[in-house]
Amino acid sequence: MFLDILIIAIKIILGISWLLTLTLILTWVERKESAVVQDRIGANRASILGLRVFGLFQPIADAIKMMFKEDFVPPFSNRFLHTIAPFLSFFFAVITLAAIPFGDEITIGSKVIALQIVRMNVGLVFILAMFSLGIYGIIIGGWASNNKYTLLGGMRGTAQIISYEIALGLSLIGLIMIYPSLELNEIVKYQGSLLFGFIPKWGVILQPLGFFIFLIAGMAETKRVPFDLPEGESEIIGFYTEYSGMKFGLFMMTDFVEVILISALVTTLFFGGWQVPYLYPDGFHFPWGGNILLNKWIVTVLQVLSFNLKVAFFCWLLVLARWTFPRYRYDQLMNLGWKLLIPMSFVNIIGTGLILILV
Amino acid sequence: MIKSLVFLLEFLKGLWITAKHFWINIFFNFLKLIGFNIRDRGSVTIQYPEEKKEIARRHRSLHRILTREDGSPRCVACMLCMTVCPSECIYIEAEEDPNPEIQKRPSKFIIDLSRCCFCGFCVEACPEDALRMDTNIVELGEYNREKLIYDLNRLVRISK
Ligand code: SF4
Ligand code: SF4
Repeated sequence: MFLDILIIAIKIILGISWLLTLTLILTWVERKESAVVQDRIGANRASILGLRVFGLFQPIADAIKMMFKEDFVPPFSNRFLHTIAPFLSFFFAVITLAAIPFGDEITIGSKVIALQIVRMNVGLVFILAMFSLGIYGIIIGGWASNNKYTLLGGMRGTAQIISYEIALGLSLIGLIMIYPSLELNEIVKYQGSLLFGFIPKWGVILQPLGFFIFLIAGMAETKRVPFDLPEGESEIIGFYTEYSGMKFGLFMMTDFVEVILISALVTTLFFGGWQVPYLYPDGFHFPWGGNILLNKWIVTVLQVLSFNLKVAFFCWLLVLARWTFPRYRYDQLMNLGWKLLIPMSFVNIIGTGLILILV
Repeated sequence: MIKSLVFLLEFLKGLWITAKHFWINIFFNFLKLIGFNIRDRGSVTIQYPEEKKEIARRHRSLHRILTREDGSPRCVACMLCMTVCPSECIYIEAEEDPNPEIQKRPSKFIIDLSRCCFCGFCVEACPEDALRMDTNIVELGEYNREKLIYDLNRLVRISK
């Protein structure tokens, strides 16, 4: 009993440190990638004792700056709600990490430990629910600041996230029809089997349209450019106009955390999670013959590595998208959501159903 | 719906362009890192305090006052530069020069750089070619406004 609690606690700590470290690195990646895309070098001056390492200390400098800024609460605003909003936003983003599998089980002694914080059989639904609860942070933050523009930003954010939530959910129905379970580790395991004997059965191969819709709707969920209507720096500044210091930092970090989680979700649902093609618990078995037998620890390390690499790739892609596109206008955003993504996901569902019946 | 689809196509094209930029630049940056500098690609950044861009020959930089062979300033206190200066930042007081050929010389010649807009009119106006802006000194920032007021001595000393 005690051992179980200890294991869960260690898993939570490891998971959160993984997420926060990646968030810090992602802020650095964001600066550097935007710079490289625009033929610049990017922030490289932050140094410790003259050591620069490509500006990798910049996130630390940013964090120190955020922490020592004045924490301003505007007069006549609701102090309690104003304080709690960024925490809500951050909490509901981080909690989704609980359901994401980093790898298969490992066995230490007689204990079987899943490399996943909680193994729940409603994993997918849980993640979608938590993502939608995240809007409360935005709308409460917008309302509690006692400012017209933050309220506008909050309402825009709510409208946007609710509309894209539908597309996000519908795009997954096709997957749910194919996969045997809603538990994410089961989904990943299922993706290890082969199609026609040689193509790995990854979600993106079975559900290309669903993947496409999910990626776009996921980008909209992160509230970053092309879909940063809730912020809209040029017109309304957005729901965190009245926030400063680390509370603003939390809102900012929520965006980055969401980028990581959307990447992790895309990886888990559509790109085989921790699966490496043709890697089975005892080593590689290629369909064209030939085996490489590996120690089970090496297999586990390879799997966790593969998960991280895929997540890193999607983080890269999302940051690239953020630095490529101009912002959607509000009506275009709604059109894209309601008139393109949702009908497309219906087509996807019907198509998947037909194929399932016929095959 | 068709319009949105066309948008999406254009978006994919845009992604392709930025991704191309990214990988080409990363490749050349990496080559630079390991010591190859094949082509001047990768980034256009000039890392300012360490690397400086060459200043163009006609660039208008800090003023200087030229001197004659004997070391006295060439200025004859004709007040033309003071008159033409649009920012009114030149102040001159004249006195008699012992040399009857020259007649006048400045006893005070002050340029207040905190007001100067570096238009170069004073250089154009000067009949004696006493004033020039070719020192190539552009880092003129000071913490103190008094330090931006250049007097005759300072202006002469710059040219040496
Ligand atoms: S450069 Fe222009 S503003 Fe400056 S002292 Fe000469 S005339 Fe005046
Ligand atoms: S125009 Fe030339 S000579 Fe006349 S006062 Fe100015 S610097 Fe002296």
